[in-house]
Amino acid sequence: MIHKTIVRAPEWEIVIGLEVHTQLSTSSKIFSGASTTYGAEPNTQADAVSIALPGVLPVLNKGAVERAIKFGLAVGAHIAPRSVFARKNYFYPDLPKGYQISQFDLPVVGQGVLTILVEPLSGNAKPYEKVVRITRAHLEEDAGKSVHGESQGLTGVDLNRAGTPLLEIVSEPDMSSAAEAVAYAKTLHSLVRWIGICDGNMQEGSFRCDVNVSVRRPGGPLGTRREIKNLNSFKFMQQAIDYEVQWQIDTLENGGKIHQATVLFDADKGTTHAMRSKEEAHDYRYFPDPDLLPLEISEEWKEQVRATLPELPEAKRNRYVKDFGLSSYDAGILTASREVADFFEAALNPPQSPLVRGEASSSPDKGRPGGVEAKLCANWLIGEVSAQLNRDGLEMQQSPVTPQQLGGMLKRIADGTISNAAAKEVFRTMWAEGGDADSIIEAKGLKQVSDSGAIEAIVDEIIAANADKVAEYRSGKDKLFGFFVGLAMKASNGKANPAQLNDILKKKLAG
Amino acid sequence: MINSSLHQLGSALRAGKISSVELTQLYLDRIAELNPALNAYVTIKAETSLDQARRADTLLAGGKAQPLTGIPVAQKDIFCAKGWRTTCGSKMLENFIAPYDAHVITQFNNAGAVNLGKTNMDEFAMGSSNETSHFGTVKNPWDRNAVPGGSSGGAACAVAARLCAAATGTDTGGSIRQPAALCGISGIKPTYGTVSRYGMIAFASSLDQAGPMARSAEDLALLLNVMTGFDERDSTSLKRDKEDYARELNKPLAGLRIGLPREFFAEGLAQDVAGCVNAAIGEYKKLGATIVDISLPNSRLAVPVYYVLAPAEASSNLSRYDGVRYGYRAPEYGDLTEMYERSRAQGFGEEVKRRIMIGTYVLSHGYYDAYYLQAQKIRRLIAQDFDDAFRLCDVIMGPTSPSTAFNLGEKGDDPVQMYLSDIYTIAVNLAGLPGMSVPAGFGSNGRPVGLQIIGNYFAEAQMLNVAHQYQLATDHHDHTPQNIGL
Repeated sequence: MIHKTIVRAPEWEIVIGLEVHTQLSTSSKIFSGASTTYGAEPNTQADAVSIALPGVLPVLNKGAVERAIKFGLAVGAHIAPRSVFARKNYFYPDLPKGYQISQFDLPVVGQGVLTILVEPLSGNAKPYEKVVRITRAHLEEDAGKSVHGESQGLTGVDLNRAGTPLLEIVSEPDMSSAAEAVAYAKTLHSLVRWIGICDGNMQEGSFRCDVNVSVRRPGGPLGTRREIKNLNSFKFMQQAIDYEVQWQIDTLENGGKIHQATVLFDADKGTTHAMRSKEEAHDYRYFPDPDLLPLEISEEWKEQVRATLPELPEAKRNRYVKDFGLSSYDAGILTASREVADFFEAALNPPQSPLVRGEASSSPDKGRPGGVEAKLCANWLIGEVSAQLNRDGLEMQQSPVTPQQLGGMLKRIADGTISNAAAKEVFRTMWAEGGDADSIIEAKGLKQVSDSGAIEAIVDEIIAANADKVAEYRSGKDKLFGFFVGLAMKASNGKANPAQLNDILKKKLAG
Repeated sequence: MINSSLHQLGSALRAGKISSVELTQLYLDRIAELNPALNAYVTIKAETSLDQARRADTLLAGGKAQPLTGIPVAQKDIFCAKGWRTTCGSKMLENFIAPYDAHVITQFNNAGAVNLGKTNMDEFAMGSSNETSHFGTVKNPWDRNAVPGGSSGGAACAVAARLCAAATGTDTGGSIRQPAALCGISGIKPTYGTVSRYGMIAFASSLDQAGPMARSAEDLALLLNVMTGFDERDSTSLKRDKEDYARELNKPLAGLRIGLPREFFAEGLAQDVAGCVNAAIGEYKKLGATIVDISLPNSRLAVPVYYVLAPAEASSNLSRYDGVRYGYRAPEYGDLTEMYERSRAQGFGEEVKRRIMIGTYVLSHGYYDAYYLQAQKIRRLIAQDFDDAFRLCDVIMGPTSPSTAFNLGEKGDDPVQMYLSDIYTIAVNLAGLPGMSVPAGFGSNGRPVGLQIIGNYFAEAQMLNVAHQYQLATDHHDHTPQNIGL
């Protein structure tokens, strides 16, 4: 992410709200059985409903509704027992019916909240939490795509995407910086993937953000907003907001006026430009779609859907803090995505034999009592594992080391079989060549020496060979202790159990 | 043969007295002879129909016949039928070959019926005289200077002129009942949601309802048995058990309470029509019915409410005809906007454009509350009126149309006069109730008069019983027009 510092007068306040279109991960369209698979040959996934043949009718996809309910429950929102589909009328070649079926005054999901963790862009400010209010979320169908310039002067229309289910999630204008807007978008992105309602693929347009930006004098009335359309990367969002804010402030400070408008972000130039002003905006003539009955969601249906929800990131985070003694920040990183959290929990609990699993079922994924391994596991994931992933440009789910492999290794650290230093070598080997920790430890001879006789022999030898230093130590030069540890470790090829070595050294040096 | 009831035709077919191919050919010959003058059909595919007849004959020979197997039925050109040109009476769809079957078509195909051809209609079902069709007006077989009514004018004409055994129609504001009345045949619009709208080209979705048109109530029952039933492809289709609409046909009418709404017999009703309707009421009294005076106080608002709501839905439903994917596209245009404007300006007729403009206006920002919302509220009041009335009576009766068939061109310049010809039928659509029209004699000009029967929700079987008993007692429905080659 590019952290660009905005030069702005402190007397301006930024107000940002987001509208996010998430493509729901149903296999068929929202109002027909046509496939939603991305990337097919143009118009091969356009059935009679998708191309709006005369006489066809929409039939609501229950899976899309369930995903909307899931989202609503995940943000603690009111699920409307009765919501209404409306037609939004306008002409465009990629809109086959001449109207989009959406929800207008009665959306399926009402007010909710999303807690975000904001990492400020300026170097020394601390991360902080913020609660962003969600205004509503509603179901609607996507339009098709116009394909320009395929042949001279002609525009093609691809209706594969027409009718793909979308959940449009609208926030309150609660964000006051690009960092907050990006944090909100990222948290939302993680959440919709977490609860399995959207694949989150931003390149394919599965998660598209419209950002409403305005500036005002602190405490003053809200400024006129401009809407930056269709941002499909967090980096662009950051750049677009920075540019737009600066542009609005400059305009106002130079005595200009902001006109409500829809703008596009030009990623090459890093600038925004107006697409159409609201004065020329359409009158969409919304009215309830007479082809669809009001959408009724019973308590029973809602509860059925609730039962399918996984533990949510916020709950998980709190649990990690409470049960494992992790810091809130570490817990936040581990719950930033479902993949990381799943990896973490799987590494904590390597598969057990059925017999043992039965006994352990009272606390299925709580980690080891006392949380020793959980903390160790967290450190490894946040440290070594994520560093390696970054180096290799991989996502969590692409990690060549499985949670079971990592868990097996952590066990050997915990039980003293290997030292931390040796563990790093085991990990590097697992990453590059595979294999489980025990066989790598065996093959490379990395097992710690915990045989007190052997350690005593090494220590005796060192004391004998360094009589002068021993004398210095005994006369009060405590700092020399590290020197003896170093020698002993070297002599053991790094395999001596550090704790044991410390004890024995201390005892023998004391005389 | 062509004056036989569906029941008789079915028996003859099953007994091998006539084959479906022979029967189909008989109608095709009559169509070839009479259609040039009457213009009831816009598309005939003789070979396709005969192929279907041959398959029906195989079924008949194999003893696998259902009641309608082998019977030639005319389909209103609003139903998509695979491989058939489906125009909806519009230049916009003049060359549109439907790639799929409407639910109604599938139902008839599954019943073994023969699709005899596509019947003429007002453009996108917007009209009460069949004069808005791009394919020319249909003539009333009783008097070729008269309109057949609309929008299912081709269907009504085809049934009356014996150019089919039976036909389908659709009724948004009276489009089955009014042409049935004007052509002296029987037609029923069932409860909204009873027949799937899948594949039926939409005019006003919340009002559109398909139904059969035939020569008797008995025939209608057989046809309704085939057309109705739940269809998951139409979200407004009602999930109900399949019923036999003929089950009550022979019930005696003693004790039947007939409600006569004051408002249906007030100013605007032609004397001769009133006379026929009153005579029919007299007949019912003889059959043991009692008469109840009722009121539908909000029915006077039905026409204005309808002309807000139906155009509103239509303006949106017809947006898909934009020249982009199928249908008419203007030959010359400079840019996208011009392509839209010219394609729609040239592809739609005057009445369709008028309703699109009305509909667009009433949905516009600033007018929505005053027109659309207000109309929806009154729609509920109109439905409430019927609810109240059905506490006092079993069926409601009155005229179907305020006059007999008017002359071609008579109301063409005055849309409001045209709209008023549906004054008694529209409220039924707004309430979603079933309504039917049966022949009740002839007016002073010798043109047919229709008696409208309105039932409560899902009371079709009862209404058909009421109509059938009347048809047993009278012979209005058996009269045939002159000059139809009989």
